[in-house]
Amino acid sequence: MQAGKLYELTIHEAHELLRSRQISSLELTKSVLMRIAEVDGSVRACVTVAEDAALQEAKKVDHYINAGQEISPLAGIPVLIKDVICTRGIRTTCSSKMLENFVPPYDATVVERLKAQRAVILGKTNMDEFAMGSSNEHSAFFPTHNPWDLSRVPGGSSGGSAVAVSTDEALYALGTDTGGSIRQPAGFCSVVGLKPTYGRVSRFGLVAFASSLDQIGPLTKDVTDCALVMNAIAGHDPRDSTSACHPVPDYTRHLVPDIKGLKLGIPREYLVEGTQPEVRAALEKAIDRLRELGADIDWDVSLPHTKYGLAAYNIIAPCEASANLARYDGVKYGYCAGSAGSVIEATERTRQLGFGPEVKRRIMLGTYALSAGYYDAYYLQAQKVRTLMKQEFDRAFEKYDALVTPTSPTVPFKMGDRLDDPMAMYLADVCTLPVNIAGIPAISIPAGFAEDRSPSPGSGPGQGLPIGMQIMGKPFDEGTLLRIAFAYEQATYWHKRRPPI
Amino acid sequence: MARLTRLGLSEEEVERCSLQLSNILDNFDILRQVDTSGVSPATHIIPQQGVLRDDVVVDSCSLAEVLSNAPSQEDGCFTVQAILE
Repeated sequence: MQAGKLYELTIHEAHELLRSRQISSLELTKSVLMRIAEVDGSVRACVTVAEDAALQEAKKVDHYINAGQEISPLAGIPVLIKDVICTRGIRTTCSSKMLENFVPPYDATVVERLKAQRAVILGKTNMDEFAMGSSNEHSAFFPTHNPWDLSRVPGGSSGGSAVAVSTDEALYALGTDTGGSIRQPAGFCSVVGLKPTYGRVSRFGLVAFASSLDQIGPLTKDVTDCALVMNAIAGHDPRDSTSACHPVPDYTRHLVPDIKGLKLGIPREYLVEGTQPEVRAALEKAIDRLRELGADIDWDVSLPHTKYGLAAYNIIAPCEASANLARYDGVKYGYCAGSAGSVIEATERTRQLGFGPEVKRRIMLGTYALSAGYYDAYYLQAQKVRTLMKQEFDRAFEKYDALVTPTSPTVPFKMGDRLDDPMAMYLADVCTLPVNIAGIPAISIPAGFAEDRSPSPGSGPGQGLPIGMQIMGKPFDEGTLLRIAFAYEQATYWHKRRPPI
Repeated sequence: MARLTRLGLSEEEVERCSLQLSNILDNFDILRQVDTSGVSPATHIIPQQGVLRDDVVVDSCSLAEVLSNAPSQEDGCFTVQAILE
């Protein structure tokens, strides 16, 4: 391994080299920081890089290794964290002007858990403001670019995290997923992204968007790394009453390349109108591969309530957001536009200047849907439809071990294409959001490439646009998802391809 | 509506927003087609039990940490504008 290319390593590869003292954490961290300096000017995945703190932590880990101490799988490994998760002493902005200078006085539980493993925290990744968006174009600071084609979006809202992993700016990253915000960018950038079961990972220290939907999860270069990160972050936390007491398995035990006899259903509603032919073709090929590996495939599956998912999500998420974002009033923390005029005038000015257009749109929508006279028609009806969708999944999982769909109906779209049309933007999440509505886990893994029909100069021959495959599972059955994903990954090379940057 | 949200929207923003909102709201009508008679609303999508813990005092942030991000503070308190006129 060339010293300059250490950033290309996966977690499990780097761990072996660290443990056997073939490399040091300092060398690895320096290599990744160099990679950030090299490519981040083009892709803009990072909001904050905490170089000094990262180098210091790396030296500490090396000290432990040199003293002959056993190290945990994430020790000394550089990670980037989505900028919606609190990091003590490192600015946490939610890519919003409202929190541009907010420095959390405490760590989120997931950050504490990574630190307990002696992970090297490099900094924070860009996102759609307050995680509201599907393209990273709603960041108040700057958009992030897709490394497979810089004129296209990386997906969102964890776009920065997905791009960072795809371009080797970190060995892995944490993201959050409210309607697809881990899986959709993972699919758009050709990395692995897992949304765990609602309650599987503590959300203490996560800035809330839609509390009944939000989950934290890993974005990694391969499925093995995904299992390793899950081992670190999953589990009950007394500080998050929605976190589950359900026992946490050793996820690496599910990394067996054997899916013989597993029953996989392909729900036809997920090949919605508007699914690009390339996406459908890639999915069919991937499913053929799963069949060759011994899975029992059933194409004749229907989840008829799927078509209500988008409408239900677009009520529930903004309603919860309008309540969660009421706290930004410029008093306790965050942006404050000054105290001229009445208290109401001052609050309005702070929120007018602190929030961007998409955040305002969702606060408006949520406030409207929750207001007197509309509550029953919108919020209550959406929550009832949610029950029906959950029951439909429960029935499907009596018959199938997992369900397989595209992660998104399209390949990454051009920047600016959907910015003025919120409904078109929301469609990007149509395959992923039913998972959040039902609280179940799902993983997106690389499943092929579509040839770029309008290649840009420098994109090189054979470089297409990534296509993701989504696998959905039963509550707390992340293990089966990892097993299917691992078996598929071992039989393909998609995860080995790197973007032309 | 705009007043309720305390967003201080400009006239132009209100106009653009209401157009986009009515587009989005049209999409909600599809939900009314669903027969939900006898269906209870989903409050906890993954059932949870035993979330109560003993009421024990534990360490939290110090006063200085709590105030460290305050736009304005005085004598160890957040400064708030006069509410009564």
